[in-house]
Amino acid sequence: MMFNNFLVMLQNRWPEIMIGTWEHIQLTLVALFIGNLIALPLGILLTRKRNLAEAVIGITSVFQTIPSLALLGFMIPFFGIGFGPAIVALSIYALLPILRNTYTGILGVNQAVVDAGTGMGMTSRQVLFMIEIPLALPIIMAGIRTATVMVIGVATLAALVGAGGLGDIIFRGIAMARQDLILAGAIPAALLSMIFDYILKRIEIAVQP
Amino acid sequence: MIIFKNVSKIYNDDFHAVDTIDLHIKEGEFIALIGPSGSGKSTTMKMINRLIEATSGTILIHGQDIGDQDPVLLRRNIGYVIQHIGLLPHMTIGKNIALVPNLKKWDKARCDKRVDELLEMVGLPAKEYKNRFPAELSGGQQQRVGVIRALAGDPPIVLMDEPFSALDPISREQLQDELLNLQTKIRKTIVFVTHDIDEAIKLADRIGIMQDGKLIQFDTPEQILRHPVNEFVRTFFGADRMNQVESLPTIEEVMIRPISSFPKRGLAESLIKMRKYKIDSLLVIDRNEIFLGVAGVGEIQKNFSNETMVLEDVMKKEVPTVRLSQQLDDAINLISENQVAFLPVLDESSKLKGLITRASLVDVMASQLRSNNNGVASFGGEGS
Repeated sequence: MMFNNFLVMLQNRWPEIMIGTWEHIQLTLVALFIGNLIALPLGILLTRKRNLAEAVIGITSVFQTIPSLALLGFMIPFFGIGFGPAIVALSIYALLPILRNTYTGILGVNQAVVDAGTGMGMTSRQVLFMIEIPLALPIIMAGIRTATVMVIGVATLAALVGAGGLGDIIFRGIAMARQDLILAGAIPAALLSMIFDYILKRIEIAVQP
Repeated sequence: MIIFKNVSKIYNDDFHAVDTIDLHIKEGEFIALIGPSGSGKSTTMKMINRLIEATSGTILIHGQDIGDQDPVLLRRNIGYVIQHIGLLPHMTIGKNIALVPNLKKWDKARCDKRVDELLEMVGLPAKEYKNRFPAELSGGQQQRVGVIRALAGDPPIVLMDEPFSALDPISREQLQDELLNLQTKIRKTIVFVTHDIDEAIKLADRIGIMQDGKLIQFDTPEQILRHPVNEFVRTFFGADRMNQVESLPTIEEVMIRPISSFPKRGLAESLIKMRKYKIDSLLVIDRNEIFLGVAGVGEIQKNFSNETMVLEDVMKKEVPTVRLSQQLDDAINLISENQVAFLPVLDESSKLKGLITRASLVDVMASQLRSNNNGVASFGGEGS
């Protein structure tokens, strides 16, 4: 009986769920894109300027410790409400895992291999792209996966600053005390997280040296 | 070929890792740099391809100051083999070897050909190994690849930083032999850093001994063993090794009493003497013991029917002899060079003093070995 109700509700709310999912995917992808865009080069840069590393990673860790809801709240006075501020907050969240894994991944590359490359006459750019990044890739990818799962989770809260997404449906379900509605938002969010993680894992295996 | 002029490397203003070194390495020469850890041998080597920059002084390669050259281009013309092998684990053996040729932008056909040729050179069939990954090879095989990778771009100079120290003793020995073999074919200028004395002696044309950043002695292994400049070199090379050289017995100790005769003695009489002492030659001397020649049993028997002949007529005058003042080495060389069974030993005035035979040499060597075995000292690596 209850399952039937759920199916009927799904049918009625299907367009809503699809829009929510699509918004959620957009939030996630844009935030990850920006997060990667900042964290990957920054992580690489820090391996070249190691004295800065501790400070920079420290700062991003501080951001990470701010509760996600609070971080979203902080955005409102500066950026108002909507998609934009949510993206800023999510991107900041994505930074740390990617940054830290890029940095430690590259530092963890066997120094002998790097020495051999340099000694054979590779430029530092060639050492980076032919040796360090390929060998650090599994660890960098692990960072990206962590960030992705985290961002998908936190993105459900983005509904609170008016960015839409599956959080919209979940919070409406909570407000109306309707479990089926909550599930209609929560299940796609969980699936999304698993699917993204799976896809990234496949990519990681495909690019593994 | 490679010239160091007053080269120093100073860290933190006061630590002299390398202290005013002058070094002249000739083309095609195999140089070993050896010394305890922290002696600056690796630093010295790494200054050649500018992995470490000299603080002062100049290094010339082919007459050109390397300080004026682009380090990246410089390194592409200097092969480099490191202790930890350093093959790129994500690339196949073929790609690893072709690394420098690729950096130098050789065309694909030429790279492929070079890879095959080098793999065959160290006994790894190209077909079988080219597409494997480093992790699939044994340590010895990996370092073979490491060595040929350094040769791939056909550099005139190859630097090797303790390349075999991480290998097991058997592989190490094998790779040393192969490297020696390879070097006779390729004739590269090789600078080889090691802390293993035996390795240095075995491989190098000349050895540079370093201590506290200074080049203490730079000479052939033979000269260093015979004439260590100071106590450090002597002990570094192992006291026993030195003793072994010094305690080679003198000629006087090895020689035996000769059976001699005089030039006017008859042939029949001489034959009886030879039979009595069970020998096949008589040394002929005059009344003042001056050596005149050797009469062999063959010549005596050939001329035996001629009753008027005496020893003087049948003896050979041109025979190799050795002076009492010479080294036993010289005697051994004379014996093997001239393919003779014995050497008469003469003093400064050509008086016959004794005789060295192959048999007497064997006796002395055997007793030497026996006494050495009681006190064989092994020399361990110094760690680096």
